[in-house]
Amino acid sequence: MYDFEFERPESVTDAVTSLQSEGAMPLGGGQTLIPTLKQRLNSPSKLVSLTAISDLQGVRLDGLNTIRVGGATTHETVAKQAVQHYPALADLAGHIGDPAVRSRGTIGGSLANNDPSACYPAAVLASDATIVTSQREIAADEFFDGMFATVLEEGEIITTVKFPIPVAANYQKFLQPASRFALTGVFVAKFNSSVRVAVTGASEDGVYRWSEAESLLSADFSPVALDGAHVSPDSMISDLHGSPEYRASLVKTLTKRAVVAAS
Amino acid sequence: MSEVTMRVNGKSVSGQVENRTLLSTFLRDSLGLTGTHIGCDTSQCGACVIHVDGAAVKACTMLAVEAEGADVATIEGQANADGSLNVIQQAFQDHHGLQCGFCTPGMVMSAAALLKDNPRPSEAVIRKYLEGNLCRCTGYHNIVKAILAASGQSVDAIAAE
Repeated sequence: MYDFEFERPESVTDAVTSLQSEGAMPLGGGQTLIPTLKQRLNSPSKLVSLTAISDLQGVRLDGLNTIRVGGATTHETVAKQAVQHYPALADLAGHIGDPAVRSRGTIGGSLANNDPSACYPAAVLASDATIVTSQREIAADEFFDGMFATVLEEGEIITTVKFPIPVAANYQKFLQPASRFALTGVFVAKFNSSVRVAVTGASEDGVYRWSEAESLLSADFSPVALDGAHVSPDSMISDLHGSPEYRASLVKTLTKRAVVAAS
Repeated sequence: MSEVTMRVNGKSVSGQVENRTLLSTFLRDSLGLTGTHIGCDTSQCGACVIHVDGAAVKACTMLAVEAEGADVATIEGQANADGSLNVIQQAFQDHHGLQCGFCTPGMVMSAAALLKDNPRPSEAVIRKYLEGNLCRCTGYHNIVKAILAASGQSVDAIAAE
């Protein structure tokens, strides 16, 4: 790892100021960034830690149907604090990585990194969440911009993620046991008038919505509604753990399982 | 370089570190606490698990400067005040929960974190909790047994293998 300057501000305003210098990067829990730095795949001139900013911590209910999760809230904290309000989200957070990773890794770090096999992007996209940053509010549909890419600008910090709470929801993670990421994962969220289905660990473009399943499930929220649906293996991830065809098959199977579990 | 101050096993410690210094490196090289092992250095194996403000953390994947002001616990602080093994350590010895011993500090620290939150975990919960701790000798069986025993539960239900 190359050396860098380090700052640990206690407010978002100070963090934004610290991030204005050339080559500065925010540091969440570091569970992806530190391994990346060790391999010298990235060499920021300065790291600005977000872990001492109390405004970025915790889960709270906002009205009856929304929860707000602070950008630097760890997976472990989401697993504990969201369980009463949004159990499917808490369950997802409680199965990321392993316990020691969950006590450091943060929701904002996961979303900003947008690993194509990460769990949180599926929850955010299926829930139609809003990503609140130090500059603006971004709808989930606009936020993800392909594998490891988002619309975040240099120095922009995720301060809060606002999740509308669905009527019913479930996340099915088909574990890739070596990385502990999803080999493929599907998050199904049922709202009063619509259903949203988000898929991670399948497309080379990162997380996406499976619109055919959304239409079918909006009309009939049952696994048989998906019997005739087709998932194309085109542009799906191919690696030693699964072929594109295997992942396409998983997408349909996991979506059905999620519908059953959410019903 | 930065000056860091933290509590390690109840004692206040300070040191000059490069900003890139990992917490595991600070513990081992600056403080001489070599019980925190570096197995993979890629946050896979869990040999470096310690507690930071009460939570299990992989010390190889946290910067020392991030532990400023934190309360850190390592394997060196686990024994009883008189130097005898604590309940978890003794259970590892009694149930042959280690062979080469390399993973043991991380296993004991993970077990301690689990039992703090969940004093009587089931066998399944223990196995699930240990998914971030790799052991290449014992096949986990006796480790799980030791943690069950340390929580005061019977180990009869676990078949001898």
